[in-house]
Amino acid sequence: MSTYYLNYLEELESEAIFILREVWAQFQNPVILFSGGKDSILVTHLAKKAFHPAKIPFALMHVDTGHNFPEAIQFRDDIVEKLGVNLIVGSVQKSIDTGRVAEEKGKNATRNALQITTLLDTIEEHKIDCAIGGGRRDEEKARAKERFFSHRDEFGQWDPKNQRPELWNLLNGKYFEGEHFRAFPISNWTEMDVWNYLTKENIEIPSLYLAHEREVVKRNGSWIPNSDYLVLEPKEEIVTKKIRFRTLGDITITGGIESDADTMEKIVEEVSTMRETERGNRSDDKRSETAMEDRKKDGYF
Amino acid sequence: MKIDKNQLLRFTTAGSVDDGKSTLIGRLLYDSKSIFEDQLAAVENSSKQKGIEGVDLAMFTDGLKDEREQGITIDVAYRYFTTPKRKFIIADTPGHIQYTRNMVTGASTANAAVVLIDARHGVIEQTKRHTFIASLLNIPHIIVCINKMDLVDYSEDTFNTIVEQFEEFSSKLLIKDVRYIPISALDGDNVVNRSQNMSWFQGSPMLHELETLHISSDINKIDARFPVQTVLRPQRKGFEDYRGYAGRIASGIYRVGDEIAVLPSGFTSKIKSINVGEKEVEEAFAPMSAAMTLEDDIDISRGDMIVKVNNQPELSQEFDVMLCWLNNSPVKPRAKYTIMHTSNEQKAVIKDIVYKMDVNTFKRNEADKDLKMNDIARVKLKTSHRLMLDSYRDNRNTGSIILIDESTKETVAAGMIV
Repeated sequence: MSTYYLNYLEELESEAIFILREVWAQFQNPVILFSGGKDSILVTHLAKKAFHPAKIPFALMHVDTGHNFPEAIQFRDDIVEKLGVNLIVGSVQKSIDTGRVAEEKGKNATRNALQITTLLDTIEEHKIDCAIGGGRRDEEKARAKERFFSHRDEFGQWDPKNQRPELWNLLNGKYFEGEHFRAFPISNWTEMDVWNYLTKENIEIPSLYLAHEREVVKRNGSWIPNSDYLVLEPKEEIVTKKIRFRTLGDITITGGIESDADTMEKIVEEVSTMRETERGNRSDDKRSETAMEDRKKDGYF
Repeated sequence: MKIDKNQLLRFTTAGSVDDGKSTLIGRLLYDSKSIFEDQLAAVENSSKQKGIEGVDLAMFTDGLKDEREQGITIDVAYRYFTTPKRKFIIADTPGHIQYTRNMVTGASTANAAVVLIDARHGVIEQTKRHTFIASLLNIPHIIVCINKMDLVDYSEDTFNTIVEQFEEFSSKLLIKDVRYIPISALDGDNVVNRSQNMSWFQGSPMLHELETLHISSDINKIDARFPVQTVLRPQRKGFEDYRGYAGRIASGIYRVGDEIAVLPSGFTSKIKSINVGEKEVEEAFAPMSAAMTLEDDIDISRGDMIVKVNNQPELSQEFDVMLCWLNNSPVKPRAKYTIMHTSNEQKAVIKDIVYKMDVNTFKRNEADKDLKMNDIARVKLKTSHRLMLDSYRDNRNTGSIILIDESTKETVAAGMIV
């Protein structure tokens, strides 16, 4: 006999597909923000399901800081080719070269905040009216307040205290010219849900998420990967460790964790016993208590 | 972990810090191991800076800078936790009267409402307001937690008196399923674990109730309603003639071969195929996202609804709704609004305000015709075209509407069809 209810992963999937279709129906020129990280891979996979048998009707947009994991870029190019979708790249290097932004100075300089300008410039240049992101409410306290359809004013700013109420399944994507929206179809997923679903659906992810040997440096309690952009501090020492990454950001700021989880099943097991949030190893969030809220108000992902 | 059968339960908590709401949520999150060490460290750090001894559990539920500084919840915050039995989403909303709109928002998709009562004070105005909103929004299950039992010596008499008070006022409301639990959120009595201090209580602890509430029937599986979101035309090899109607099933069950009618046109046909993602299936039910093809070529677009021939909603341009005003600028008489109902969008005017509801006393006021932020009123709406209507009591998905002010593009009101 059939049962007439969904389990929670099926319900989350159904909700995300509903939101992706709603984006397509309500906006003129939506894109998926694609970083090569697991959340944007998941969103892209769900978009494939939402529009089957038609092709994904969104371009993928990547904000390229120039400080990438090479594996993530390769993964991006492969997926674009496989799905036959357009790729839009916003380049932070170009923003620096054209004087739109200046490189941060000091010891913990990153290009993380510079992405905001590049992101907003690219949105404007390509007349994008909705950028679909893989943000989740469980990630961070400011993100817990996000709507499925999140309004941005003509300066790309988020006004968290003046958000449109979102009731039932009725999403209001109306905007004035020059404004745009961010849409978050996997708002209600937790890190655990994402891993369970990726495993269940057998979805390919960059090898960086699986435990592997890599040269790293201990900094602020996390293992920062060695790269061309790493400037060693006195007393810092490069060592080789078996690590994996829980999130993927810039190679300069994304810390890995020591791990033996080299299969999806082992990751699921490891995540279920994890006692720190996945963003705990992101130095961009550690700058201050409201680092994420402040960046989001300016237009960050 | 076995997740094949585990369901998702959404519940709302309304209340203020004084009720121990934040402590209760903190307790649920902590005892279900959903608080991470770096979050705990951050909160300990902030508590220390603010000169609070120990951990201020309220901080786990506050997100924005202003909320943390002022120690209040401004907006709906969503929290997540999972037990071996279910996944839970908490819509945590502020309890003061000026935040009625946030309570309504959080309640709109909830399976259950947790109403908190301070055992020392019993039923107060706020309790009535929360319960009224839960009943207005037709939340299927209500769990009344009588908190701070430790401060009334775990007295069974106190508990029984409050249950009586609650029964008395709530008999005027439409509530289907209500349970009462004496708890102490601070010490954890009857939250996750059974209390050692209240052996007189025969019921289950709160988490056990949440894990076992029967929620499969919360969605209407009788009246089949499929609002079309968008039309899929692949234009690719092998699918040249494919024309799929995509949407999320609002209620009911659809099977291949079912005789259907397309509204508002009224044309009939049969379901040829159903897809859920890439999989072709024989049947699909609410709340699945699906795509259907039909035997006949009919003109169907976004906003239309596919229903069963023998079970159809009412088609009407004039109807009554219970409206909650959500915006700072009050209702404008004779103004045109955009109405969203399922995937359908039309123009609407408020023809009349029948009465305003006092959410504290449940009294109707027929003289006051002013609708301001947080007001709830019964109004008459007229739309530019016919809508496919069900009453909200029968169907939360096809019985709900929002109004949008085109001059600001903001969502200004939420309504439940009477």
